[in-house]
Amino acid sequence: MSKATRYLNEEPFEPRDTVALSDAELRAIEASSWTGFWRRFARHRLAFVSGLFLLALYAMLPFVELLAPYPPDWRDSAKVYAPPQSIRLFHDGALHPPFVYGTAQSLNPETFAREFVEDRTQPQALRFFCTGSTYRFWELWEGSAHLVCPAKGASLHLLGTDRLGRDIFSRILYGARVSLTIGIIGVAISLVLGMALGGLAGYFGGWTDTVIQRLIELVRSLPELPLWMALSAALPVTWPPLTVYLGITIILGLLDWPSLARAVRARFMTLREEEFVLAAELMGASPARVIGRHMLPNFASHLIANATLAIPAMILGETALSFLGLGIREPMTSWGLMLDQARRIEAILFYPWILAPMVPVILTVLAFNFVGDGLRDAADPHQG
Amino acid sequence: MLRYTLKRLLGMIPALLAASLLIFAVIDLPPGDCLSNQMAELKSRGETAGTERLEFLRHEFDLDRSFLERYAIWMGLWPGSRGFSGLLQGDWGWSFEFNKSVASVVGETLALTIIVNAATVLFIYALAFPIGVYAATRAYGWSDYGITLAGYLGLAVPNFLLALALLYYANAWFGTAIGGLMAPEYADQPWSLAKLGSILAHLIVPVIVIGLSGTATMIRRLRANLLDELHKPYVIAARAKGLRERDLLVKYPLRLSLAPFIADIGNLLPSLVSGSVIVSVVLSLPTIGPVLVDALRAQDHFLSGFILLFTAVLTMIGMLISDLILALVDPRVRLGETPRQ
Repeated sequence: MSKATRYLNEEPFEPRDTVALSDAELRAIEASSWTGFWRRFARHRLAFVSGLFLLALYAMLPFVELLAPYPPDWRDSAKVYAPPQSIRLFHDGALHPPFVYGTAQSLNPETFAREFVEDRTQPQALRFFCTGSTYRFWELWEGSAHLVCPAKGASLHLLGTDRLGRDIFSRILYGARVSLTIGIIGVAISLVLGMALGGLAGYFGGWTDTVIQRLIELVRSLPELPLWMALSAALPVTWPPLTVYLGITIILGLLDWPSLARAVRARFMTLREEEFVLAAELMGASPARVIGRHMLPNFASHLIANATLAIPAMILGETALSFLGLGIREPMTSWGLMLDQARRIEAILFYPWILAPMVPVILTVLAFNFVGDGLRDAADPHQG
Repeated sequence: MLRYTLKRLLGMIPALLAASLLIFAVIDLPPGDCLSNQMAELKSRGETAGTERLEFLRHEFDLDRSFLERYAIWMGLWPGSRGFSGLLQGDWGWSFEFNKSVASVVGETLALTIIVNAATVLFIYALAFPIGVYAATRAYGWSDYGITLAGYLGLAVPNFLLALALLYYANAWFGTAIGGLMAPEYADQPWSLAKLGSILAHLIVPVIVIGLSGTATMIRRLRANLLDELHKPYVIAARAKGLRERDLLVKYPLRLSLAPFIADIGNLLPSLVSGSVIVSVVLSLPTIGPVLVDALRAQDHFLSGFILLFTAVLTMIGMLISDLILALVDPRVRLGETPRQ
């Protein structure tokens, strides 16, 4: 049927003029599907709280330099493998502004292990909104302002120090920049790939669909981690850390698209049969408009849920690669790279605090799982 | 059934070829190879004596040919300088890092890798099946919520971090170092019953660590599948006829929810094999995991390529087996229909 034979009334048609609706009904109709989506999501307590937790984490990332007491590469050779110091409020049974006890290092003559003894006589009060060790803010400006600093001449290692005497707490904060962003960027890459390939397969069908389906099956049947390892081992040793970081993100995104592509394809297949799509096509809408205006809004919430559930795998992928020494390289730092020191079992046994980066990894992964599940339930109120 | 088996076997061939091409492309990515790197090093030191030998080796291993030729020679589809001698002929290549044939480097680790992965799959079935059924029949009760919560934790705790934590706690609480896959005295011994026993005892920790998240996934799926079935009219009809609750469960809904349960293990396999690689590194199990890390670091092409292909073949064969069992249980699969999810 060509365009010329169609009889369309050019007059604008306002369906609401034909029926009278009450205010409440109008609001219910005009409320976008997103409003309902968010309302259902907010009802999931655990998912909502996890979402807030993640938002707080990501909001922290730009200000890491201010929040961390030390720069990531700051070393104290006198305090190697120093144990965590806890913040205290009571000294000699009396209330005292927040402080830590200093530690003195000694070498055990029998085991040759470093031992740190707390000096309980001298409370070292913390300083807040203070100037401390200098850093380069976003690698651009010099700065030395910190939220919290140790007392003058003292040290503050809330989670202890590592093999080189670097502050683990500060490094966890800096490592969050890499570990948390790598998941988001990686998912963005796999989302683009998944939507493009899944959309092509679902919309056009036929041999395009067959080829893409086979490709999806192939990539899904290969174990991810060994391939990730092989690809990141192929990154040249001469690359600067930032390029390596980008390379790793792309590698993580390159292999993770099949599940997203499958979801997109399945949605396309079902939506294509819907009458409103047929209606739009009959009215002469181009494929781009049909997809963008009529189909995409119908499964965008699904897509977001699926993407959120894919993020933990990326974060863990980076952690695993860096842990194996095939991922992020010094002087950059990530949670996985910090755990790299835990590959020697003696280190874990004597200095268990070097395992501290495990805690943020697990918390983030759990939170993303909860949020993803909440989003999925909110996107699909009629299912299970 | 025979026809279906043959069909699936034939279908695996193009998949394997595609996977091997992909893997060869990946290991071929870094510029240069083990030998040319050595050669550059010798040249920079102004030595010429060694370069001739390396040049000869490069020719001997066909490293000076084009990409497709090298791939075909590696696979044994094309004659190299030593005739048809590739994976298909049983020649797995040469490891330049260890200066041994790949077969002698990987050796026993292949069998141990298969044992670890097979034991994990059995563990998942053995644990997920009863727990999933239990949780579904007592849905929305306290035990169900407890299992769901435990499942969440099992899903979210990354396996290699769990292994690291276990390393610490095993030492702090019991004073023993876990790790390894057999008592040290059996390491270079030929296979014997005592060695097998030692391996089985050492398998417990890695199998739990690798299989935990898979078990959690399977419990969730089985519970959901079974719950769907339990509310269908035929269950009510059977109950109305006076069938005992246990007989009813075993006879109808359990069978129907079994099919997706079996099919799902195929989907889990790639992540299981991935998990076994990294957990092996943490717990220093003598599987292909640690060998792969070394090979990748040293850019030992043939070694890493063979191991990558081995992991791919392992998952594909695992998927094939799960498909065949599925066809055995569910006649609809054999007839070319897709079972309900």
